[in-house]
Amino acid sequence: MNRVLLEDKVLKENDRIAAELRERFREHGVLCLNLISSPGAGKTSLLERTLDGFPPGRRVAVLTGDIQTDNDAARLARFGFPVRQITTGGTCHLDARMVERALADWHLPELDLLLIENVGNLVCPASYDLGEAAKIVLLSVAEGEDKPLKYPSIFFKAELLVLNKLDLLPYVSFNLASARDNARRVHPGIEILEVSCVTGQGLTHWEAWLEKRLAQVAAARAGAIA
Amino acid sequence: MHELGIANSVIEAVRAEALRRPGTRVRKVGLLLGELAGVDRDALTFCFDSLVQETELAGVPLETQLCRRRHRCRCCTETFVVVDYETTCPCCGSTDTGCIGGEELELSFLELEEL
Repeated sequence: MNRVLLEDKVLKENDRIAAELRERFREHGVLCLNLISSPGAGKTSLLERTLDGFPPGRRVAVLTGDIQTDNDAARLARFGFPVRQITTGGTCHLDARMVERALADWHLPELDLLLIENVGNLVCPASYDLGEAAKIVLLSVAEGEDKPLKYPSIFFKAELLVLNKLDLLPYVSFNLASARDNARRVHPGIEILEVSCVTGQGLTHWEAWLEKRLAQVAAARAGAIA
Repeated sequence: MHELGIANSVIEAVRAEALRRPGTRVRKVGLLLGELAGVDRDALTFCFDSLVQETELAGVPLETQLCRRRHRCRCCTETFVVVDYETTCPCCGSTDTGCIGGEELELSFLELEEL
């Protein structure tokens, strides 16, 4: 018997497409963000508040993934920005090829920001690179503060944790400090924002985070052109 | 539950490697699986075994080696396994440590039999 040693990444085809997407985003100065959470944590609500706060003409588009229905796309299309639903038909995550297909007839030079709402799932989306600049994980206070310890992969890979539904804190036994500690145990450098998409609490910090990242992409692009 | 898709990708990778080595038959597949990969070993093995039924890979065992999360200290360069999310350097006590392993999801070896 002959043993051949290999170092083949199992998801190398996904990673190849994701690398191509990342290069296209870089070339055109598009900030791509991948929003991940369990179902019902508030990804669509955060996107609604985000789009609602943008002036008309803001160069933003949204891809939203779900197993079935285009409900989320319908909710988000109200704000007048391009929105496209990716219906996976059973697959529990988005992969790079789905994003590549969804973008096929979109003109990236017309965009500054592409927001991807992944399928609601704290496990599987963590494995698939979509070419994004950053993964953002949302956790609502209606869930448990130990979620980062139970699902370390996504909290490890996300740059930013958005703790949502702060308006529900008086009604649930969620320990905010413990949630922050748990996220930092898994990922010491993770940034954390606390918001309520119902009351608007904390959303200025989210908007500031977005603008900071957009400015970094714009500066990198200006540097590349100059 | 994305292990079915991952198992399919493992099989595609195995077939691609096997095609490059004509005159051999795959007898065992080795996989490195990091604890941060977000993939369940038992579910992956079950999916792999199910997908290879009645193919040229039927009965080929998938041997997964679990890889712990490992960090390197940026102060003293010590490398260590992270247990219970403790990322502080056990050697010098620095908290400035970076992850160097634990995200593996890769084919590590094939055992081949000459035909």
